[in-house]
Amino acid sequence: MKKTQINNKPLILDCKVSRRNFLRGSAALGIAGSTAGLLTMTGNAFAAGGKRGGRLRAGIAHGSTTDSLDPATYENNFTIQLNYGIQNHLGEVDAATGAMVPELAESWEATNGAQTWIFNLRQGVEFHNGKTMDADDVIASFQHHMGESASPARSLLDQVSSMRKDGNNRVIFELSGGNADFNFVASDYHIAIKPSKDGKIDPTDGIGTGGYVLKEFEPGVRFLAERHANFFKSDRAWFDEIEMISIIDPAARQNALATGEVDTIDRIDLKTAHLLARQSGVNLEEVTGTKHYTFPMRTDTAPFDDNNVRLALKYALKRDELVEKVLYGHGTVGNDHPIAPSNQYHASTLPQREYDPDKARFYAEKAGGVKVQLSAADAAFPGAVDAAVLYQEHATAAGIEIEVVREPNDGYWSNVWMNKPWGACYWGGRPTEDWMFTTAYQGGASWNDTFWKNDRFDELLLLGRAETNRDTRRAIYYEMQQIVSDDGGAVVPMFANYVFATTDKVGHSAMAGNWDMDGAKYFERWWFV
Amino acid sequence: MAQRIALGLLTLFVISLLIAFGVELLPGDLAQEILGQGATPEGLRVLRLQLGLDTPPHIRYLDWLGGMVTGDMGLSLANKRPIAELIGPRLSNTLFLGGFAAMIAIPIALTLGILAALYRNSLYDRGVNIFTLTSISFPEFFIAYILILFFAIKLGWFPGISNISSELSFLDKLYRTLLPAASLTLVVVAHMMRMTRASIINLLSSPYIEMAHLKGIKPLRIITRHALPNALAPIINVIAINLAYLVVGVVIVEVVFVYPGLGQLLVDSVSKRDVPVVQACSMIFASVYIFLNLSADVISIVTNPRLLYPR
Repeated sequence: MKKTQINNKPLILDCKVSRRNFLRGSAALGIAGSTAGLLTMTGNAFAAGGKRGGRLRAGIAHGSTTDSLDPATYENNFTIQLNYGIQNHLGEVDAATGAMVPELAESWEATNGAQTWIFNLRQGVEFHNGKTMDADDVIASFQHHMGESASPARSLLDQVSSMRKDGNNRVIFELSGGNADFNFVASDYHIAIKPSKDGKIDPTDGIGTGGYVLKEFEPGVRFLAERHANFFKSDRAWFDEIEMISIIDPAARQNALATGEVDTIDRIDLKTAHLLARQSGVNLEEVTGTKHYTFPMRTDTAPFDDNNVRLALKYALKRDELVEKVLYGHGTVGNDHPIAPSNQYHASTLPQREYDPDKARFYAEKAGGVKVQLSAADAAFPGAVDAAVLYQEHATAAGIEIEVVREPNDGYWSNVWMNKPWGACYWGGRPTEDWMFTTAYQGGASWNDTFWKNDRFDELLLLGRAETNRDTRRAIYYEMQQIVSDDGGAVVPMFANYVFATTDKVGHSAMAGNWDMDGAKYFERWWFV
Repeated sequence: MAQRIALGLLTLFVISLLIAFGVELLPGDLAQEILGQGATPEGLRVLRLQLGLDTPPHIRYLDWLGGMVTGDMGLSLANKRPIAELIGPRLSNTLFLGGFAAMIAIPIALTLGILAALYRNSLYDRGVNIFTLTSISFPEFFIAYILILFFAIKLGWFPGISNISSELSFLDKLYRTLLPAASLTLVVVAHMMRMTRASIINLLSSPYIEMAHLKGIKPLRIITRHALPNALAPIINVIAINLAYLVVGVVIVEVVFVYPGLGQLLVDSVSKRDVPVVQACSMIFASVYIFLNLSADVISIVTNPRLLYPR
């Protein structure tokens, strides 16, 4: 275990990870000028292309018998990866640069202060049923998530005031306000482009433009697909067949990889990751992304409505110890705001908040003493209860009393999160600053789990969204990160890496960090060497 | 007989009521569980409407009961698939694994039990007892992991997970399910073997066994021809209980070996509050219990002339 100190941020690198995967630090070093997620560079990276053939078998930690093919219901890694196997979207995150690049769109253009967005569609793209994609399909696919829909993408698309086609290969969106990041929103993973009939898509037919044609889908068990002969990308989708098996139990998953039953698995049990890496023929992969763990406080509830209490608690935590003991070094410390080092406008000059019992004591005394309950369950994130207990220990040294309440995993999201005054939570993160802030920090947002409202912050949010000048935008987002860090309701102790493994038969290029498993697009991007 | 079947049906009805009530008591509902962290009040309202969760629970129960009586299990609330279609392949997987484990476990248990009765209090008897009691005392997942460690990882004889699908041949299926079947066998053998031994030994002090001894019959023959038939009733009952366990209690083994059986479906559905699927699975499990108990009673009667021809 080696610790590197850069910009005041302790960055912990696990050097036992296989030698081939040398550098994950690039993200935290801030080298990457990427837009969204981050990249790693691996030893066999940057091969010019892959090789055709074989059946890739993946063992995935998610998957439930209640899963469905309907894009409006995608919520776990199993359905998200299946989605990227059989379907495409208007844009995708480029693995090497992290930028949003056109996928089913050929190009896009924002005019009128980013209030009008024009998407020029790629021509001659064929669906699995033989139909050629056109503007009607795109509009119908978007409409599936708008109006009376339970789709999580619905709130994202509230800003769309109208949608129309201009010829067969162009769709024009009018927004209610300027949004310089609308290309990211329009490429949300839920909004898969599917063939339409009479202005409607059949959400559960499993038909898309993707690199693989669905053959079998048994919810919670397996998914099988074969290569789409007329796939529009010539340098992607190398496998003849892809198979995904749901393996919830971490030990079973690691067994499956070790015995060659599958070629890749996700969500390595961090406690035993170093043992798995020792196994011959197994490569441990690690990517820094936007996933972070938080302890959200309800700022509308006493005592957390007092910023002195919030600051006292923010200073009363040893973040690097949490990274070391809860993440086993597979992550980086957070700075009480949700913007990852890999984000485009991450405020790298913002001083890292350190453990400071004196400051914590000072703010606690200003608030008239702090005695609070922290509700945690491992449903929030693996090791949340341990993290809470460590937190309790750190805070005791500053004279702050934290009582850890262990909550049941079952029903955690409906009964504890956003209900109890202080709890634990995880966020997959969002590719853009605007998206992350709008989702969870804007006053009144439905997932604002700290119930925090700051007028200056909300004002900056709207300014930043419509701003197209990069430098002005950077200044706006820096200030917003500072406000959240100093006034916000969430303690953000750490960003967790995505840790997964493959056999050494699997080849790949630079990997994306916007989702687990190479941006969830490994079916398209990897190959057998 | 008719009375027994009627009682069985009544039990099923009561169970269905209890389960409907129990699931209703769990905090949260399907809409909240599906949306999870992503739930918003608006999303919840729309989803509840789409799922039909706005109708009161007793109406939903009566609807379900009406369907069930006419043989229609209905649709899964979560993914709108027919429940019969969801359950079908999983039920056959579960029965396959249970049947396979029973094929191994029952002959082994009976043989070990008979031999233990024959050589009672010998070194062999003690050894078998220690071994089977040890294996029943370990949690199933531990036994499963030990088997995986040795037979899948160290020796590489068997696959580490039992990933079976319809494209596999019967022999392949047997090969891939051998490890889970072996774990189940280790768990159930002790109970059946001990009962066989105990009920035979119970009879050995009876006068007619003494008579057989005096006639000079060999001990093995005394046990198999004279003692065993009279000891069958309790053994059959224990076998029935263990068979039921092999069908309904295997969820842990299913998880460890990633075997797509019915137990996993039930656990998933409970955690998502998908009531119709929970109900359908529970009905199947309850029916298995009732059916096996009924068969055990019938077989006990058939093997016992005194009960077969009551005065």
